[in-house]
Amino acid sequence: MDQKEKILIVDDEKIVRESLYHWFEEEDYAVDTAEDGETALNKYEKEKYDLLLVDMKMPGMSGLDLLSKIKAIDKDALIILITAFASVPTAITALKNGAYDYVTKPVDPDELAHLVKKALEQRALKIENTQLKENIDEIIKPDNLIGDSFQMKKIYELVHTVARTDTTVMIRGESGTGKELVAKAIHINSSRKYFPIIPVNCGALAESLLESELFGHEKGAFTGAQFKRKGKFEMADRGTIFLDEIGSISLKMQIELLRVIETKQFNRVGGNELIKSDFRVIIATNEPLEELVKAGKFREDLYYRLNVFTIVIPPLRERRDDIPLLASFFINKFSTVMNKQVKSVSKEAMDFLVNYDWPGNVRELENAIERAMVVGKSNSILVDDLPFHVSMNNFELEGDEKSLSSMERKYILKILNENNWNISKSALILEIDRVTLYNKITKYGLRKAEY
Amino acid sequence: MDIFIAPLKFYSAVLLQNLVAELSKRFSSRIHVINIKMDIDDFFSVERGQYFSTQIIAEAMKLTDEFNGKIILLTDVDLFVPVLTFVFGEAQLNGKHSILSVCRLHEEFYSGISNENLLFERTIKEALHELGHCYGLRHCIDWDCVMHSSPGIEEVDIKGNSFCRKCISKIEGYKH
Repeated sequence: MDQKEKILIVDDEKIVRESLYHWFEEEDYAVDTAEDGETALNKYEKEKYDLLLVDMKMPGMSGLDLLSKIKAIDKDALIILITAFASVPTAITALKNGAYDYVTKPVDPDELAHLVKKALEQRALKIENTQLKENIDEIIKPDNLIGDSFQMKKIYELVHTVARTDTTVMIRGESGTGKELVAKAIHINSSRKYFPIIPVNCGALAESLLESELFGHEKGAFTGAQFKRKGKFEMADRGTIFLDEIGSISLKMQIELLRVIETKQFNRVGGNELIKSDFRVIIATNEPLEELVKAGKFREDLYYRLNVFTIVIPPLRERRDDIPLLASFFINKFSTVMNKQVKSVSKEAMDFLVNYDWPGNVRELENAIERAMVVGKSNSILVDDLPFHVSMNNFELEGDEKSLSSMERKYILKILNENNWNISKSALILEIDRVTLYNKITKYGLRKAEY
Repeated sequence: MDIFIAPLKFYSAVLLQNLVAELSKRFSSRIHVINIKMDIDDFFSVERGQYFSTQIIAEAMKLTDEFNGKIILLTDVDLFVPVLTFVFGEAQLNGKHSILSVCRLHEEFYSGISNENLLFERTIKEALHELGHCYGLRHCIDWDCVMHSSPGIEEVDIKGNSFCRKCISKIEGYKH
């Protein structure tokens, strides 16, 4: 299966042969070169090549002559012609004579990479070996999707069930529960796994940017757009698009989104060409979409289009059994990164971790372990190393406000006020992302004047 | 084995400093910034308005015998090889030299908005990518691996910023 595909580059210019040779070598193809048509023909008779890249204009046998001769030997031979712009009409004749396609010099590397890949894939499909089709019985998890609790086992089952279909999946769960990891698990267990999963955080982008981000733009589409850029939907071709925080997009974008999800077609901003893309949609939200629909903030038709198969990730406080496993995973991770010899968590610290409510879920646990490992001096994490303990010293606790969540609420409010409610700055100090901070502000009902 | 960064027509001291710091974190090898006395204008193509990367590497090879390790030539200018419209960089597979241009890694060329963090992230990815080639790695099919091919800026942004488990084993002195 790992046998390399063989490419023969035929060009009379040494410099072109060498450039293409190195480029394809890095792409992990077996590459060979020929300086003229006769040599290429001799090589082709002795050895089969999966693809030939042939310069149209060569002294002696031309690219077109070589095309006909090779096609006479093997009618399925895959040939891409390289031509100067001026000879495009000849290239069109070549297509009629059986060339797979042609490219004009100089070629956009992206275009060449996709063309060659597509050509070789089509060839592979012709000689498809169905045994190569996956036979996955067990779900492959991303390295950091951790959990052995019955809730997580249930999620693995759901991932397994839905992965091999093309069904749209809605992942719900509080911030920090690992929605993107579950999306990734679905993707890498699907037949789309060799193509990328493209995450888009819809909440993090302004509407004007979101459009260009999702659909791409042409060169010169707006001031400063010196190069064209493909959008996320285009990049997700044959892969998966993961739309996080879907509840935060505007009604106008919802209409666009519904249209693209249904037709799988769109235009780049500032472009007329209709782009087609074969993508799977996975969305995530921690907002009650049903309520947004009732309030007229989320389109009902889009909601039904997206709500096909739902996976709900429980918050960490509802699967406390996973906390020791997660803690151990993060300790290993940060031991390597920080080059520290921390091996375990003391019993007291573990009791604390297991009993804490983790409003920021797994992400908060990860941050807590990281900070504990930075400040800790021994090879075991102690209660004193945990960030909560440190921040507790700075607080005056009143009356019954002694729970961790009330402490967190007070601390967040303190940081926000100290930074004049600058969300980015406060999030940076709190070492959480802006979305998590917004969620906490909503959760605790914090307001600027309250402090 | 040490890693040498040779700026050639490279003007961002901050980016260079950050690159050195990041590579130092990731490799146990020592990272040096070196000065190579060569004029890359000799490899400028007036026709294309770009610099021929293969020829720059060939010239640098003549001038860097004294440095025992991997050498990244770092530049702000736009690079090309014949046939292709541009390259982000070029490397000698299993060799000593590579070149990386940050010209097309600048976000303002795409969106019109400058983003220094993104530029740094892209520079790190492409520097690791070219170094990976020097350590003998070819392109990897894993999108989370920095050795995934990136013919366009979109792929640079999508791919991961470190080596996958399979590729990492070939990189000498890589910590994480």
